[in-house]
Amino acid sequence: MDIQFTEEQELLRSSVQRLLRDQYAFEARRKIVASEEGFSRKQWAAFAELGLLAAPFSEGAGGLGGGPLSTMIVMHEFGRRLVVEPYVETVVLAGGLIEQLGTPEQQQSFLPEIIEGSKIWTLAWTEKASRFDLANVTTRARREGSDYVLTGAKTMVIAAPWADYLIVSARTSGEDRDRGGVSLFVVDRRASGVDLQSFKTIDGRRAAEISLRDVRGQLLGAEGEGVAALEACRDRAIGALCAEAVGAIGELNSATLEYSKTRKQFGTTIGAFQVLQHRMVDMFIAHQEALSLMQHLSLSLSTGDSALSRLASGAKSKIGYAGRFVADQAVQLHGGMGMTDELNVGHYFKRISSINIQFGDPAFHVLRYAQLDAAA
Amino acid sequence: MELKLSPEDAAFRDEVRTFIAESYPPEMRVPNPETDLTKEQSLLWHRILHKKGWIAPLWPKEYGGPGWSVTQRFIFEQETSRAGTLPPLAFSVTMVGPVIYTFGNEAQKKKFLPRILSGEDWWCQGYSEPGSGSDLATVRTKAVREGDHYIVNGHKTWTTLAQHADWIFCLVRTDPSAKPQSGISFLLIDMKSPGVTVRPIITIDGSHEVNDVFLENVRVPVENLVGEENKGWTYAKFLLGNERTSMAGIGRSTRYINKLKQIVKAEIPADDPAHLEFLRDIARIELDVLALEATELRVVAQMARGIDPGPAASLFKIRGTEIFQDITELTHRAIGNYGLAIREHPVSANRFMPGPDYGHTASEKYLNARKLSIYGGSNEIQRNIIAKAVLGL
Repeated sequence: MDIQFTEEQELLRSSVQRLLRDQYAFEARRKIVASEEGFSRKQWAAFAELGLLAAPFSEGAGGLGGGPLSTMIVMHEFGRRLVVEPYVETVVLAGGLIEQLGTPEQQQSFLPEIIEGSKIWTLAWTEKASRFDLANVTTRARREGSDYVLTGAKTMVIAAPWADYLIVSARTSGEDRDRGGVSLFVVDRRASGVDLQSFKTIDGRRAAEISLRDVRGQLLGAEGEGVAALEACRDRAIGALCAEAVGAIGELNSATLEYSKTRKQFGTTIGAFQVLQHRMVDMFIAHQEALSLMQHLSLSLSTGDSALSRLASGAKSKIGYAGRFVADQAVQLHGGMGMTDELNVGHYFKRISSINIQFGDPAFHVLRYAQLDAAA
Repeated sequence: MELKLSPEDAAFRDEVRTFIAESYPPEMRVPNPETDLTKEQSLLWHRILHKKGWIAPLWPKEYGGPGWSVTQRFIFEQETSRAGTLPPLAFSVTMVGPVIYTFGNEAQKKKFLPRILSGEDWWCQGYSEPGSGSDLATVRTKAVREGDHYIVNGHKTWTTLAQHADWIFCLVRTDPSAKPQSGISFLLIDMKSPGVTVRPIITIDGSHEVNDVFLENVRVPVENLVGEENKGWTYAKFLLGNERTSMAGIGRSTRYINKLKQIVKAEIPADDPAHLEFLRDIARIELDVLALEATELRVVAQMARGIDPGPAASLFKIRGTEIFQDITELTHRAIGNYGLAIREHPVSANRFMPGPDYGHTASEKYLNARKLSIYGGSNEIQRNIIAKAVLGL
């Protein structure tokens, strides 16, 4: 199994590569992260122009029909360059949910704005006590006429300060940790009753704590069936995050290898020391395995494999551990330089650390992998 | 685990414990003492210890040490570290002080030692250079004798807290033609000398602990040479030996494990399968600490009988740092989604940080702890030391 890219996929990859090489060098990224808003609307427009925001959506929905493989290609390149713009949040999470669950009217209303780059979205599912459990939802929604009214709080919502719209999970029935009774709602981020407290994340993004008080929301998908929808959404997100992690792992390995061939101590390059050679061989193996699982998962996402969700958890765990090992060692082998804000290595470390938290850490997912097997 | 203490030592332990409880400045109890205190605040405890005569446990009595036994020194270290007190600046008290009273002349002892004890002088360490990390013997900073002065030119790096320093002790090359180890001298340089420039290095946790120090035609009086010219390597190795012994960090690890347990209890419901996993992971780390602590107590008992652990002390640096890295990683994991947030430096009270207080420093500690396996002789170097000097490989 090795994905042979089609001509279109190859074109997508090379055009993303070219765009990022020209406009997203490490110093350019640093300026974007340090800017007032913390991301670049100019880059976002460039992504739209290149068709990246349309890539995974079906042609019927106005997209390019690239599916999960196009997401993999884009995210792998984004991982290599540490892109901070909210592609996962807007395109993969929100776009994916709208395409999966939206009425024709909702699709026609929201997807074109996503594809043309004029609106930014994110998904607000995490709560103070939820940890990685999609069903642990205490935010409540009650029906009022044709609309719903939401009250509660969401936490650690990445890209919320940038977003125009939020997709919010809220409970329409049942107890706090029930699987049933959770529904999804589209909320205007600037609507009355929505309050944000913004902050920076370890990987140079922006996030917010969100409080919702009697906020109007529009139901997305069937009432009470939000958890199943979120699970499918998480599988797609994992596909994207794994590709991003693999891109970052590959860059860390190249940088470390290069450094070990040039850095001299004790009269020789440090790459000449066997203990470091073996370390870098293990980093190479970790990358190869992660790359293979990334492809395996993306292919399964394309074909809709029945064991998909279990595989997603497996890949999130295995690639998570691989990423942590490689990131640890890349910093270690760069010595003091690896600890500096100046060098890119530490920034890859931090992005991998974040990926390992988003949608569940490697320990959470290895357990879920085991439990889904036992349940089968 | 405790040493079997004589009644006198037990009384001493109680005295230390009471003194800390009564005298440690409350204003030093901030979320992250290593980054959140001003220079003045971080010296408060130093001054209290100085007044008490306890600032320099290692030093002989004639130079201002308390005249403690090996066991008493260990008890003091254990109690201060368990209580979470900020240790006095190691570069001053543990590093340069002993070099000066062991190898310095009378004038140097008289000039520098009292100011180290009182906290009046803040010292930093000019060892590493961009091209000399693990391989310290290749330092290239040059000192050329010109009458009564050395003219020093070079670039030191990873200089911890140089932004506060009054003095820097430097390894400099005085004989470029000799073998690397034999052409090095140990020089004391006033940070206010013309030609000294400090440039901050910001690390991945966003903090400013380390610096580049540039030395450009800095004129250093020859009386600031410690010991003999070209013998600096001997003094440097002596100093690094002092650096390694206190690195087991049992007290610190124990404190952080206790904090971690509270976080796990608060964050992860007992019926969540992750709860049991955390308990198991924590228990494994506790056993690591227990084994290291038992080793430390065994070595202390040997030292009290006059047996020096020698290079085997490297194992404390290796395991102490690995254990603390594991704890910070597990703590970062325990706070779940809040691990995505990090406090902004310089710390401002107005900046918003999400999540419960106990998680606010988890991200920065996790990131900052990556340095532990790198600095003070990387753990790879420590393993080389044991391989060569202990195992004879």
